[in-house]
Amino acid sequence: MGATATVLLWASALLAPAFGVLVFTMNSMARVTFALLACLVCVGGIVTVLGLSYLGVVIVLMMVMEMVIMAVFMIAYMMNPAGLMPMSMLHNRRGALVISGSLFAALVAGIFLVPWPERGGARPRNTTFQIGAALMREQMLTMITLGFVLLATMVGATVLATRRGRYDRFGDELDQRPARDPAGGGVGR
Amino acid sequence: MVEAGAWWTVLAAPAILFGLAGLAVVGDAALDARGAGRPLTPGTAVRPLLAVSRALLAQPRRLPAPDRLLWRAGVITVPVAAVLSTLVIPFGGHVVADLSVGVVWFNAMEALTWAGLWLAGWGPNAAFSLIGGYRFLAQGLAYELPLMFALISAATGARSLRVTDIAAAQHGLWYAVWMPFALLVHLAAVLAFSFLGPFAYPAGRDIAGGVLGETSGADRLLLQAGRWLWLAAGAAMAVPLFLGGGAGPGLPAWAWSLVKTLLVLGLLVWVSRRLPVIRADRYVELAWVVLLPPAVLQVLVPALVDLNL
Repeated sequence: MGATATVLLWASALLAPAFGVLVFTMNSMARVTFALLACLVCVGGIVTVLGLSYLGVVIVLMMVMEMVIMAVFMIAYMMNPAGLMPMSMLHNRRGALVISGSLFAALVAGIFLVPWPERGGARPRNTTFQIGAALMREQMLTMITLGFVLLATMVGATVLATRRGRYDRFGDELDQRPARDPAGGGVGR
Repeated sequence: MVEAGAWWTVLAAPAILFGLAGLAVVGDAALDARGAGRPLTPGTAVRPLLAVSRALLAQPRRLPAPDRLLWRAGVITVPVAAVLSTLVIPFGGHVVADLSVGVVWFNAMEALTWAGLWLAGWGPNAAFSLIGGYRFLAQGLAYELPLMFALISAATGARSLRVTDIAAAQHGLWYAVWMPFALLVHLAAVLAFSFLGPFAYPAGRDIAGGVLGETSGADRLLLQAGRWLWLAAGAAMAVPLFLGGGAGPGLPAWAWSLVKTLLVLGLLVWVSRRLPVIRADRYVELAWVVLLPPAVLQVLVPALVDLNL
């Protein structure tokens, strides 16, 4: 690892927990969400510097989109109107402290107790191919199963969450066109 | 993993991007003048660039209880992400950082615009501005998936995420020829993430300028610059992905890159003025129901060709 990479690694490693602390000390939902995003971008930086550039950049890509969408929903579902009042991310303080403390202790203990393997062979030049082969060769069945489980979960959750069914949209005889939708953007109008 | 370009490329890439964005603004102003029947003089074309100095001198507007930190962060993110996206775009034989995951890098920088524009809408503590931010997210959900499949089409064809590899893999036959749909989706997405023309919905007139409504001075300048910088960056990215990069007869590689980029940029500026603004809810329907299935099929084409080889 070169000097630049070491500096980047340490900078990301120090900034990530700093942003993590900000998540629990700031009092605005928007700021908290974007502190969490900054924290996760630092994690992406760490993964990139450690040689998994594809995973690192994808973490940044996915987390930016996910956190922005999450900001929308977190602010929408807040108890005070539109998230305009000061809030706190701390709930169930004693229980949370016990859980997070023991989890942290277990992870740190893991670092020292796990017998880390020695590197076998040279480091590949392009790790993206290795990731693809690992996921799509040996673990192909796992990935296909996971894909269907995720899709089924999404469809199921949407079906459970929506109150309106096809009879509301297309009428009792299912012959009403265009569909009666409360808002635009629906399919089949 | 990373092949660093010469030191001067770090300065040249942003300079070229700013030049292209400036040309796009000038071209837009010239078309404006022609459309209004005014005589086309150098003055009318350069007039929008004079707004730069005016914006820098303007007194900033004060608002009650803005979230200054987030507002500033969002306003700066949009143009900075556009400039960072050009790190992986080859221009002739030169590229600033030839990342092995260049296509993903471009996509990640483009996604940063989501965060930037939402923050720019949230920051001023004003309703119309916030609506503009939400509108961009809705638009983002619509254009992002087809765009990702368009980028994946080119990457699948070259079997590489490195942008220079993709440009080199098109020797003889441009991807634009056998992946025309991916190119079309990419160009539409470029207009969408620079929220210009038919995708100016987040900055719409019906909500008094939306994300741009409450900004003034340098903030407004940065957001407006971000729009045109993204247009230029997206046009420049289309060249290595679909138009063979710097390949071409006679001229040197950098000249071909420049000519192709200018043509794509000119096309985008012209098209953006010809189409009406489309609402995000309508574009979501078009993007997911009409554009997405052919975009998936488009990825299948290079995948099948790759399997045959």
